[in-house]
Amino acid sequence: MSAVVTSSPSITGRSVPGAEKEVLAQLKVAFGAKLKDAKVVRERLVEIVIDRAELVPVCTYLKDTLGFEHLSCVTAVDWKDHFESIYHIENYYNGCMVQVNAQIPYDDPKIATLTGLWHAADFLEREMWDLMGVEYTGHPNLTRILLPEDFKFHPLRKEFAQEVDRQYITRRKLRGGK
Amino acid sequence: MTEFWINMGPQHPMTHGLWNMKVQVDGETVTDAKPEIGYLHRGYEKIMEVREFQKNVVLTDRLCYVSSITWSHAYCLAVEKMMGIETPERGQWIRVVALELQRIASHLMWLAAYGPDLGLLTGLLWALRERELFLDLIQLMSGARMNQNYPRVGGVRNDLPDNFEAMCRRSIEHFLEKVDNEYQRVFQQSKVFHMRTEGVGKISAAEAIDWGVTGPNLRACGVNVDLRRLDPYEVYEEIDFEPQVWHDGGAGDSYARFVCRFNELRESCQIILQALEKMPKTGPYRVKAPRRAEGEGYAKTEDSRGEALFYVIGDGDDRPYRVKIRSPVFCTMAATPIMLRGNKLADSVAILGSVDVCVGEMDK
Repeated sequence: MSAVVTSSPSITGRSVPGAEKEVLAQLKVAFGAKLKDAKVVRERLVEIVIDRAELVPVCTYLKDTLGFEHLSCVTAVDWKDHFESIYHIENYYNGCMVQVNAQIPYDDPKIATLTGLWHAADFLEREMWDLMGVEYTGHPNLTRILLPEDFKFHPLRKEFAQEVDRQYITRRKLRGGK
Repeated sequence: MTEFWINMGPQHPMTHGLWNMKVQVDGETVTDAKPEIGYLHRGYEKIMEVREFQKNVVLTDRLCYVSSITWSHAYCLAVEKMMGIETPERGQWIRVVALELQRIASHLMWLAAYGPDLGLLTGLLWALRERELFLDLIQLMSGARMNQNYPRVGGVRNDLPDNFEAMCRRSIEHFLEKVDNEYQRVFQQSKVFHMRTEGVGKISAAEAIDWGVTGPNLRACGVNVDLRRLDPYEVYEEIDFEPQVWHDGGAGDSYARFVCRFNELRESCQIILQALEKMPKTGPYRVKAPRRAEGEGYAKTEDSRGEALFYVIGDGDDRPYRVKIRSPVFCTMAATPIMLRGNKLADSVAILGSVDVCVGEMDK
């Protein structure tokens, strides 16, 4: 599946200075205008914003060409007018992290799965579907993982209200004020 | 022979918490496994959205009661990145000492659990005895044995007490002597221990990376990845230490995982001693953090069990808009069927014990 050699001797355990700029330049050359936004956030961290249609090509390029072998984290964010699926992908060779923000329209919360690239995506995407209700199409087993099977909501959405807004009582309230 | 499923849990001495490992067996051989988790889900990511940034520290402490400081520290670091503030130098050194003390306490708790898994009750008693030394040090530092609530956004809660350095040196000296003599003998030099752990629960380096296994479990496969070295945070850059990686043959089995964790005990002691040496003796340990913040920040740290990642988004309010917790055990759990397949059912306890499961952080 992967063209990159995973044997340990090439992983030195130390980061390569300036690697994030190189990664950004290579991504810009490969995808150009398809990147809605691309920047170096800080040392060893690159952030790119893409549309959901570009997710699989970008991630395939990251993994197979640039050696980003570790999918660390999948986050779904409810921005009220759209969703975002955020991937933190890490390179063990130079210590670089790429944050891929894939934008998803609110009325059609679907995005392609990455289980074909990383097996780690299996649990991570299940968790995000469970809690946020973003459907990862093509996932082999998209079932609830943390919540009970018969649970009917996706609680991390902003429309799922919590019981109390403020969780503390102010001193003024204790004294009988508002 | 027909294959059938056995529930190892939720109430099973092996699980060290509340989760269920369903194993499919053919005779005595495990042919498949399916972890069932979520029994301890408390909805952390949702609860944190209605609490202020500082107040969430007390919640993140409870993510993993064995390793509280490493978790609340990862959260504080992520929020600091978002706010764009930096801890003063002395604060960073104090954090390193606290993190390593917590790592030792956490690894000793694992050792105490792993011993009885293999029928080695002495291991439980000894490891918990020495863990008390480090809990005392943490209590001296923060005021509490567990759930310390010690790191703050912008630093740590209080400075080190006057006698801390001397107490720390004395405890570590005593502990290293115990490790080199007693622990070494009861675990690594025991023939029975070798027989139970060697060659079981194998996972290759490529598979481990692919499935997102991190921390000591990944280093046991021979992959030299330690985030304290690869992506240094706080002042780990200035500390001279050796990440514990398994270099010999037979990588990725339960014994390799044991050795990597066990050697980290010694390494953490050395880090603490160095930190006490290099730490500036006076100076501020905390900066004032703004109440409101906008933007996003993430921090990944080397937790006792692997890569802990916090991703925090603020929308200008005094509470986070979204918090994402990446738990190392959650990802490692996805890879446990690979470790289990082909082994005997009786060995599954020796395998899952060596992974070091903490249900609190796994289920969030």
